[in-house]
This record gives sequence, C-alpha cells and structure tokens, in this order.
Amino acid sequence: MIPAAFEYARASSVEEASKLLKTFGEDAKVLAGGHSLIPLMRLRLAQPKALVDINGIKDLDYIKEDGSKLRFGALTRHVTIENSAVVKQKLPILAEVASEIGDNQVRNMGTIGGVAAHADAAGDYPTIALMLDAEIVTNQRTIAAKDFFKDLFTTPLAADEIVTELVFPVANGPHKYIKFRRRLFDWAIVGAAAQKMNGGWRIGLTNVGTTPVRATAVEEALHKGAKPEEAAQHASDGLNPSGDLRASPEYKKHLARVLTKRAIEQAG
Amino acid sequence: MAVTTMIGAKIHRREDPRLITGRGRYVDDMKLNGMLHVGFVRSPYGHARIRSIDVTDAAKAPGVVAVYTARDFEGLLQGEMPVTISFVPDKKQPIGWAFIAKDEARYHGEIVAVVLAREKSQAADATALVSVDFEPLPAVVDLDKAVESKSPTAHTGIPDNVAWDMTVGAGDVDAAFADADVVVKQRILQQRLFPIAMEGRAVLVEYVPFDNRLTMWTSSQVPHWVRLCLTLAMGIPESNIRIVAPDVGGGFGSKIHIYPEEYLAAAASKLSGRPIKWTEGRSENLQATHHGRAQIFDIEIAAKKDGTLLGYKVRQYVDTGAYVSVFSSFQCSAYAIAEGAYDLKNVKFQTVGILTNTTPTDAYRGAGRPEATHAIERGIDLVAREIGMDPVEIRRKNFSKFPHSNYLGFAYDTGDYDKALTKALATVGYDAFRQQQKELRAKGRYLGIGLSTWIEVCGFGPSAVTAANEPLALVESSSVRLHPTGSATVYVGTSPHGQGHATTFAQIAADTLGLPYDAIDVRTSDTGDTPFGYGTYGSRSLHVGGSAVLMSCRKVVDKARKLAAHMLEASEEDVAFDQGRFYVKGSPDKAKTMGEVAFAAHRDNLPEGMEHGLEAVTYYDPPDLSWPFGTHICVVEVDPETGAVDLQRYVAIDDCGNVINPMIVEGQVQGGVAQGIAQALFEEVIHDAETGQLRTGTLLDYSIPGTGEIPVIECDRTITPSTTNPLGAKGIGEAGTIAASPAVINAICDALSPLGIKHVDMPASPDRLWKQIQEARAHANGSKEAHQ
Amino acid sequence: MKHKVSTTVNGSRHEHEVESRLLLVHYLRDEVGLTGTHIGCDTSQCGACTILVDGKAVKSCTMFAVQAEGKELTTIEGMAKDGVLHPLQQAFWDEHGLQCGYCTPGFIMAAAYLLSQNPNPTEDEIRRGLEGNLCRCTGYVNIVKSVQAAAKTMGGAKAKTGEQQAATRRA
Repeated sequence: MIPAAFEYARASSVEEASKLLKTFGEDAKVLAGGHSLIPLMRLRLAQPKALVDINGIKDLDYIKEDGSKLRFGALTRHVTIENSAVVKQKLPILAEVASEIGDNQVRNMGTIGGVAAHADAAGDYPTIALMLDAEIVTNQRTIAAKDFFKDLFTTPLAADEIVTELVFPVANGPHKYIKFRRRLFDWAIVGAAAQKMNGGWRIGLTNVGTTPVRATAVEEALHKGAKPEEAAQHASDGLNPSGDLRASPEYKKHLARVLTKRAIEQAG
Repeated sequence: MAVTTMIGAKIHRREDPRLITGRGRYVDDMKLNGMLHVGFVRSPYGHARIRSIDVTDAAKAPGVVAVYTARDFEGLLQGEMPVTISFVPDKKQPIGWAFIAKDEARYHGEIVAVVLAREKSQAADATALVSVDFEPLPAVVDLDKAVESKSPTAHTGIPDNVAWDMTVGAGDVDAAFADADVVVKQRILQQRLFPIAMEGRAVLVEYVPFDNRLTMWTSSQVPHWVRLCLTLAMGIPESNIRIVAPDVGGGFGSKIHIYPEEYLAAAASKLSGRPIKWTEGRSENLQATHHGRAQIFDIEIAAKKDGTLLGYKVRQYVDTGAYVSVFSSFQCSAYAIAEGAYDLKNVKFQTVGILTNTTPTDAYRGAGRPEATHAIERGIDLVAREIGMDPVEIRRKNFSKFPHSNYLGFAYDTGDYDKALTKALATVGYDAFRQQQKELRAKGRYLGIGLSTWIEVCGFGPSAVTAANEPLALVESSSVRLHPTGSATVYVGTSPHGQGHATTFAQIAADTLGLPYDAIDVRTSDTGDTPFGYGTYGSRSLHVGGSAVLMSCRKVVDKARKLAAHMLEASEEDVAFDQGRFYVKGSPDKAKTMGEVAFAAHRDNLPEGMEHGLEAVTYYDPPDLSWPFGTHICVVEVDPETGAVDLQRYVAIDDCGNVINPMIVEGQVQGGVAQGIAQALFEEVIHDAETGQLRTGTLLDYSIPGTGEIPVIECDRTITPSTTNPLGAKGIGEAGTIAASPAVINAICDALSPLGIKHVDMPASPDRLWKQIQEARAHANGSKEAHQ
Repeated sequence: MKHKVSTTVNGSRHEHEVESRLLLVHYLRDEVGLTGTHIGCDTSQCGACTILVDGKAVKSCTMFAVQAEGKELTTIEGMAKDGVLHPLQQAFWDEHGLQCGYCTPGFIMAAAYLLSQNPNPTEDEIRRGLEGNLCRCTGYVNIVKSVQAAAKTMGGAKAKTGEQQAATRRA
C-alpha cells in the first residue's frame, strides 16, 4: 500500500520545525520514528498534507542526569533507553519497558517523544510517565503527564507545538512492568507497572481505558499496609475499558488485578 | 539398478543460493517496458447492491490510462470461475462466480472496477477516486443463522444458503449407537483462517495482439491450471498461452485458486494493449485471497465401557463464503479419513456447504484432513475422559491393523500406528510426565499432555480413485532429456513454492540415471517448456510427480542399455547398469558411462531402428493413494489466573515412507506444525456479524506467531514404505498441520481437566481460556453449593 | 514535489529524485533496482523488508526514501563479498533455514544486526532478536539454528571460500 501524496520538509531545529508546522497548517504532522504514523498512512487511514521530519534535529537525542531527574530528548530511540547504563541504574523500569516495545527494528526507530505525542492507550511509556509524575516538555511549555494524556490519541499539543523532552524522576527502587500479550512483539493487552519510590508504591496500568491509568486505590491500600493480593483487587476500581478483538472488558479488568498483584510481588 | 547414493541423503538445496543472496525472482521483481499498474476497486461491504459506478474522477486522475467495469469485460472473458467436483459431485448451488461484480457485491473485497495507471502510486490514488454507489444489503455471516429458514440469502434471489448437502456412510450406525455404553457429543469450531503466504499474489501479464499470444508470470501453485482456465475464458489456444510461476513465496493452498485478478489482468492487457502488473498488498490479500477452514463439526461417538469405539456420526458445516470456490469442496476430504487411525466401520458423515457474505474459502494446508483429524482426535479423548481411560490405551485399543480398508472401502497402503506412538511416548517420557503432572497438580499447577495419532490421505490422485471426483485425471508428468555430453534436464508438471523439488527430483534423477547430481537440472513451473501437470498441493508432488521423474529416468536407462549393449557388442540381457556404468556382466572394467552412451546417442552408428537422442516422457498415474501417519505429543502449562498457555514441548514422530531428503522432510514437518499451533492458539479471522466487513484486516489484528511463540519441534520418524508408488514415499507437506491442532488442544484439555473442562475451542487464546476457567469454577462452586 | 535523495547502498553511491511518499523499500526495489528486499505486509509486522541503515536493522517499509538522505544502506545483495557468502547466508543454506525464501533476506539482515550487537546470543536471545520477522514456512526452528551456526562461524574461523562452500554442499 502506498500513502497518499504529501509535502515533506526536513527541520534542523525545533524552531524551524515549529515554523514549518505553522506554514503547513492543521493537516501537517511531525515525523519522528514513524512507526505508528507510517503504517496508518500506508493504509490511508491517515492522510496528512505535510510531514515535518524532525529526525535531523541532533540536539533532541540525549539522556541527561539532572540531579534527581532524568531528561530524555524527544528523539531518544527505544534502543538507546533499553541499553543506557544511566537509565538501567537510575530508572531501570524504563529500560525494561523500552526493551519490550515492538521488536529490534521498531526499537531502532521509535522515539520516546513520538510515543508520548501519539498518546496511544496501549503505549507503555505513558503509563510510567503518568505514575511517576513525569513531565512532558514542549517548545512552548512544560506539561505534567497527568495533564498531557487527556484521551485516546489526544493531547493538549497545539498544531505547531513539538514535544522536545520527557523528564522523569530518578526511581531505582524495586520495580516491575508486566506487559501481558500473546506475542512478544505485540502491544500490551494489559500492562501493569509497580515502582517503589520514596517509601511508597506507584502503580500504573496500560491499555485499560482511553489513557494510561494510575491505580491510586492500589497505592493507598498498600500504603495502609494491605498485602499485594488484597491491594491489587483495587486495580480495577473505576476502570471502564472497552473490549477489543483480544480481550473483553471483564478480562481486562481481571488482568489489571492479577498483573498488578504480580508486579508488586515480583518487583525487585 | 544403481546403488542409492543421493536418495535419502541430506543434500543442500540448490534453490537456496539465489534466495539467500537476494537473487530470487518473484513476480514483483520483474518489469516489462510500457507496463501499466492495475488497481482493483473492491467492495467495502459484505453484501451490497451496486447502483452505479462513476469513474469520471478516476479517469481524469494523473497517470490513469483506463478504468474498466464489468461491462468492459463482456465478450472478453467467457463464462465464470470454474468449480471442480472435489469430493462433492452434486452441488446444490454451485453459484456462478463472475470475474468482476456487476450488479451485486457479495463479500468485502470483491472487485467492482479496475484502474490502469502508469505508476503504482497513481493506480492506488485513482482506485480511491472511483465512486461506487452501494446500497448495503443484509449480510449473511453466522452459519447457524444462515441455515434458518428466515435467513437473508447471500445472493439476492436464491432460495436458501445451502451450497451442498451430502451424506456418506457405511455400517449400521444406529445399531452401534443403540449398543453403546457411552455416547459423547461435541460441537467443534474450526475458526476461519488466513493462509498468508509471506509473498502475496502478484501477476505480470502481456498480451501481444495480432500474434494472439499471452504470457503471464503469476505467483501460483498451479501454472498449468491457470493456462487451462485462461484458455477456456479467453478463447486463446493453450499453445499461445505461456504461464510462468517464477519463485513463489509460499502458497499453503492459497495459490491453487485461479483468481479473478488473473483473468482480469489478462483481459485488461488485451483491452489496453499494454503489459499489466499487479502486486497484492497485505491488507488486500486478507480480503481477496481465499480463506481457509471456517467450519463447524458436530460429532457423536458411540463406545463401549472398555474403550472400544462402535460408531461415529459427523456433521460438517463448511462456510463456503460468497461463492463456491474452485477447489472449495476439497475441504470435504474430511469424510475420506473421518475415523482417523481407528478401526471404526459404522460411520455416517454429512457435509453441508453454506454460502455467506464473506471471502470464499478454499484449500488451506491440509484442506479437510486437519479438520477430520481434529474432530476424531478430540472425540477419542472425550470418550477416554468419559470412561476414565488413559488416552494412550484407548488409542492402542482401537488402532486399525494392516491390511486395512476404511469405512468407505479405501484400502490403506501401509501403516504401523503403534510403532510411531511408542516412539513418541518414549521421546516425550510419557510415564514420567504423568507422575510430574500429578505432583504439580497438588501444588495448583495445570500441566497437560496431548496426543494426536494422526493419519491422512494424499497422493492425488490415481485416476481410478479420482475419476468420479474430478473431470481430469490428476496424474503428474515428467520429461527427461539427456544432452550429448552427459548432463540432463528434467521437466516436471509440479510447481514448487518452497518444497525444494529442484533438489529432491534431481536426487531421484541422479541416482536413477547414474549421472552426477550437479549434471541434472530440474525445470518446473513454466508451461512453455514443462509437460502438462496439475501443480503442487495436497502433499502430492513427490508421490505422483517424483514417481513420474523416476519412471522417465527408467525409460531413458532402458534405451541407454540397448545402446550400451550395441556399443559393448553384447546382448542387452547381458548388460548390467550400476553407478552410472553399463558393462557386460562379469566384466565391470570395460564399461560405458551414461555420459558416453548419451554422446553415442547423438552420433551415427546406432542400433538398427533406434532413433537418436535419449529422452523420455511419463504421465504417471499411481495405482492408489498413500496414507501417511504418525504421533504428535504436546506438553503445555496453563496459567489459570490469566488463561495463558505455555507450550513447553512438542514432539513429532511421523511416517512418510521412504525419505528422499531428510532435511527437507523435517523442514516440512516443522513448518506444518507451526501452522497447526497457529490455529490452535493464535489465529482467527473475524467478520462483523451484521455487515460482513472484515475486522481482522491487517497483520496487526491477526496474530501470526513469531519466533517467540513457536517452540523447538522435536522431529523423528518411523519408516513404513508405501506400496502405491515406486519410490515408496508418502506425502509430508501437510502432515504437521494435520497433526498439530488436536495435540495442542488435547494438552490444554488435559491440563484443565481438574476443573472439569472437557473441550476448548480454537484459538485457545488467553481471554477465551480465562472465560472458560471462570465458568468452570462458577459451575463447580454452584454444584458444591447445591450439594450443601 | 520531488526531493533529491542520495544514499550509499552496499558501498555504491546513488542519487535520485523521488516523491516524498516513496517508501524506502520501493526506492530500493524500483529506483536502485535491488529486488532482494521484499514486502510482506503494510503494517510493519513481518520484517521481510529489513535492511541495515547505518548499521541498524530497520523495516524499510516504515521509512520514507527521503529520510535515507546521506545514509549508508546495506541490503541482502551487499552481504556476500568477493564471491563468498556471508556466514549467515552460508548458515541459512547449511541448516535449511529457508523454504520459499521470501522472508529470508529480512531474517538474514535482522540476524546480522543481532549478531553485531550480541555476537554470542543464547537461543532465547536469538528468538527475541528476531521477533520482528515472520516466516510462514519453517516454524523458525531452523532459522534459530542457522543464526546459532553463523554466530559460531563468525566468532571462530573466517568465512569459507567459494571452493570450500562447494565442497560442503553435500555435507
């Protein structure tokens, strides 16, 4: 399948990219890793008028330690995060999450900023970003993860706004991300993350709604001393996932509970 | 006869060097000057009336040369798509399948218009600009609903949706059920599958006007069938049509069909006077290339308490899709092996073909035999469970003993089912597993072991057997030509797409002719130089086509012996042939090699009356079918909390008689098993129940297993030579797929037996298993409460 | 509007004017004329189109040709050198790691990347490393074996010469 025709421009700086987006108008899209966008274009489910290619912006590909924070340039590829010694040491859950996205070829191209901006409820980084109170930095502002993932494929990004950086807190305590799927390279049917941080637990869920979910009820139960198994029963509190070809809503809610329990138990 | 050196050896495939270096030639790799790209406009509905088609915008689009609809092909393509008999001689409604829809579209993906453009991107753009005014009609999707009297029909104006309804049987089934201690009944779903060859279909075709010649390169398993069908549809003599299947990237049955795109591309070339190229995209492939399985089995088995099987009733519902496809009812071959490896003479088998508004179904790897095997292998496990007998013991008790004829009177060639079973049990360590299973069950873990003591029928087909079934005798052909300096070209009618015929057939020819392996070239898949053959499907190529090669080589040797006798000044009876050398018995030192004889055959001084050259042709018609068999054993652990299945071991002991190349045989088994596992655990085509629209429209939604999902497949074999062909070989191409799905599902049912779960449908996906586990637990709690 | 794109493919420089929507795989097949890289799906699942872009395995159906500006591309045609098969090619041949051959170039390129990152992978690491490639013929068993064999060759002796290859054809 061949995408519909579009204009293409390569940006060498964020400013240039933003200007290009403004020039092209509403139907322009940013091209980062392209692994969500290009398949949609091939199927002609997406037909942007123009693509602004930001892959040439060299200063968006970095991982920086910044005190109690880790800063990820938006163009940092999954493979870089997966193999980064700093990430493995300071935020190991993110390295593990990165290693389970797609396959080698996808991880060589896909970017953390692209995943954030795409805001797929089945994306894995958004879950970690939300539960750890990460921030999404754009060329215009800084947005808290909880305010960024508003709805399915929906973010507060303006048409000429570009994600430039994700800022995560350092978290190197016990942690586990369980990505439940039928095939290694699949998206999560449901994913559950547990991270011990500042003496408490952070619990996040993937693909159980239109956005990533932070399971605060589980966190509170754990805080009050509940055993993992009891606390995890709250993982489905308030969830209203839609069913799809791979899972019914009931099954997703059940998986949220089971995987949360396992993530807490297996966190190491 | 020559001492075997090549047959049975692990020879590296000669197909591989070009394929591993990027030098393969698949259809999409080719171009012709002036060629146009074709785009097909397809129905987005399962069922819709075509009110009108407006091609104005498309015709004006950049690069567009022509836009055609059904009317443009009238007079150019005669008749409709053919339907073969294939096990069902009397079809109630072999609904005519036009090459292009005219007034009504009956499945999502049916072609309604054809666009020709200079660039393929332009063809894609213009395809989207053809404006079709569709009026959606009620779509028939669900099989149970389709046979209700008030059901809408898949085609406007037909009386009902039944395409065929046929019953075969033997023995006294009613008496068998009356005498039974136990009767088990089960509905078994065979979900719809995409065959998915990694290369989709592709066609490059050039019609040359005035010459009235047509050449087509097509990704096909059956180039000679394609030629035959194009001759009939287009009125061009066969002699003026050349069909080439170059390197073909897999088929699995999906390329035995002669498709609308092949006819339409050929006709479009004639209409436009330009070469035409079409390469199917994957999402297009999922709509347009035929689907497989899509069946329901209702089975009943009658048995005695001691495990003796008495009677078997089967009702097979085949979802034919919107049209009865060319080999569609080959899926009814299920009835030919209904009772599997068991001696069961009271059998009644009804098959019902049902039209729906979905992509037509046709042969997919195994075509009928995986379904029959799944049914009987599940059935015998259900009986075993019912009477508390071990699945191994009940199989041993009922195995057919040889000589054996089945309920329909088919005489099986050879078999030793217990031998394969015994070997498989030893390989897997059955008794030790049962012990381990017991211990782990006590710890709340659910491990299971599943058996599949499969058989199948292949080697289609002896004309004596298939005469009633097919208009043409499914023989297979070869032509063997020796060149003056002692090399040979072997031409065959089979058409490989990954099976390695160029290697195995060269092995056969090298041994038989006594020539070096490297001096044999095997040519396939080009109707311009190969003799008429039926192609490669149904695990038939070695049994029928390989035997044809052997027979032609023998004919050449016979003539060469006469010539050698003349050269050695001896009588023919006194000349021995061994390792490629002819010599007078007792004087092996004074020999003439086959190469020397070949040279002599092209010189003067031939024996009186002998023609020049060394060449022979064979159309081989085997005396009978062959019946491969084996035992597959699968070990699983089910996670009762999530329903996830961990495939821990897979053992395959198969018997395909004599083996020409063990490496290729193992490869066929492993690939076949992977497809069976894929059906058991992963894959399922889903259509919208109301609209008939395809919901699993890309490989994102259809779960082909990858490297992480298929376990190591432990292969070994027993060897029980066939008596129905001179090679002693039986087919192996489909065996893995035929065997695998019941082995996996039986293992899952065994694992979950403590929960009272007796049957699991496919694919046994985690959500499905979890739901079933929940229901079983609720049921157990319910009955506990009821007892309190 | 067309864009100029210059690439190095298997060591040779290429310059073309291409439409922005031209996929890298179509560029290789239709413009550069290297048809060994195949297309097996349209949603980035099957990996048949895998090539190396600056040494990294990439699905060339999920990248536009314009994005390859200035890049070094390696395709299956660039693997055998001076008439000698790459150890991975040799291993796929030796271990019957292919049947129809359609997915094979993608598997070999993905495996080449895997071995460049991890010269001695375990079976599990091989399976994980090749999860982005689908094969419908082999059941993967012999593909995994092929990569194991190649890893051994590449870690040990140098690749065999053409003559030695011929001699091993009837192992």
